[in-house]
Amino acid sequence: MVAGSLLERAARAAAAPVRRRVPPADLDERDPDYIRETLPRTWLLSSLYFRGEVRGLGNVPEHGPVLLVGNHSGGNVTPDTIVFSLAFHAYFGVERRFHQLAHNLVLSMPGLGFLRKYGTVAASPENAREALRSGAAVLVYPGGDREVHRPSWQGARIDFGDRRGYVRLALEAGVPIVPVVAIGGQETALFLTRGEGLAKFLRLDRLLRVDVLPVSLAVPWGLNVGDLLGHLPLPAKITIEVLPPIDLREEFGPDPDVDEVHDHITRLMQETLDVLAAERRFPVLG
Amino acid sequence: MRVAATIEVNASADAVWAFVDDPARYLHFMAGITRWEIVGAPARGLGARYRMLMQVRAAEVGGLIEIVEHEPPCDLAWVSVLGVDQRGRWRLRELGGRAAPCTRVELRLSFGVAGTGFFGWVAEHVAAPTVRDHLRRSLRQLKRQVEHEQLRSAAAARRAARAG
Repeated sequence: MVAGSLLERAARAAAAPVRRRVPPADLDERDPDYIRETLPRTWLLSSLYFRGEVRGLGNVPEHGPVLLVGNHSGGNVTPDTIVFSLAFHAYFGVERRFHQLAHNLVLSMPGLGFLRKYGTVAASPENAREALRSGAAVLVYPGGDREVHRPSWQGARIDFGDRRGYVRLALEAGVPIVPVVAIGGQETALFLTRGEGLAKFLRLDRLLRVDVLPVSLAVPWGLNVGDLLGHLPLPAKITIEVLPPIDLREEFGPDPDVDEVHDHITRLMQETLDVLAAERRFPVLG
Repeated sequence: MRVAATIEVNASADAVWAFVDDPARYLHFMAGITRWEIVGAPARGLGARYRMLMQVRAAEVGGLIEIVEHEPPCDLAWVSVLGVDQRGRWRLRELGGRAAPCTRVELRLSFGVAGTGFFGWVAEHVAAPTVRDHLRRSLRQLKRQVEHEQLRSAAAARRAARAG
């Protein structure tokens, strides 16, 4: 009991500065010139290291706001986001507004401030609504920390848990959903467990809005608990498939059922992920 | 970074020009090109704008380009307005002293992203072989298509003469 209380106090003390550093969403922090100037290095990373392959970008509507819904992989270093962002910016140009939602913790980590220049904002319904109101394409990962830390042997599984906020968001904003399915990210380290029990014991869910304390074998740490400092991802081949847009009211009527829409989208994504998984011959090599 | 490819096509410069000046044909003979769309008016000639993309490894790169030189049937050049910096040029030169018309076709493409320093330099050199391969394949496909068109025209003329 005493030990639990001490641990909680220690975690609270550690969390306080992190929470103070959470940046407010300022869509103007996105810097198209910076993105343009860094295109060559992200292209090199995507092309040579991750051998990225993005299919179906033509499915993203040419203009206007759209909610891109992706499955999330790779722990706290998410190569699928790097590969997709590069492909999106190259395809549509850096002039098109494109925002990604990320966990508060990611944006408050020292050294990751540059993500805001790419258009990354703290994940919250308000920020997502604001980004969509500005006419942007918004990339969300409903599975969040739960999905991104799933064990490596579940790499070909869509796991949004019970999170359906993205459907409500699309309905409220009246924007189409475009599913974005990626594979390979979960092969960039050997993810062993999400550590949900450990996170609950340390009350990280209340302190940091984190439900997991993942354990993995990763370069250069070896045994990696928490993945707070990230890791050096293995050069796994990342393949991404963008599916056709879904106009929710056109497809499900004037008052769509959130559960039905969620089931439809996750089923479509799972079917696509199954196909992508079947194409892979070897882990990491792709 | 500038890459170029050259080929000789057994046809007149006018015949080749009909292909390179027609935006509707680009998707058919240009290798690696995934998009070549007319943006606004005019559809061809000086000031014509196209949205083009070329698959170069992990991304489709390109952007909005504008025709800045249009001298039939010799030179066609474009520069980028948005997207990756690029300058492209078709140079068609009819070769004399041949029994049948023959045209030397050169396709040049300079590309890069200004202000990207060392990584930009490396990226350009890594991309160059892929882009060069696209240009070479494009010219081979252009040659095949132009010469095939010549054959078809000649055959049609012979048919017409026989019928007449």
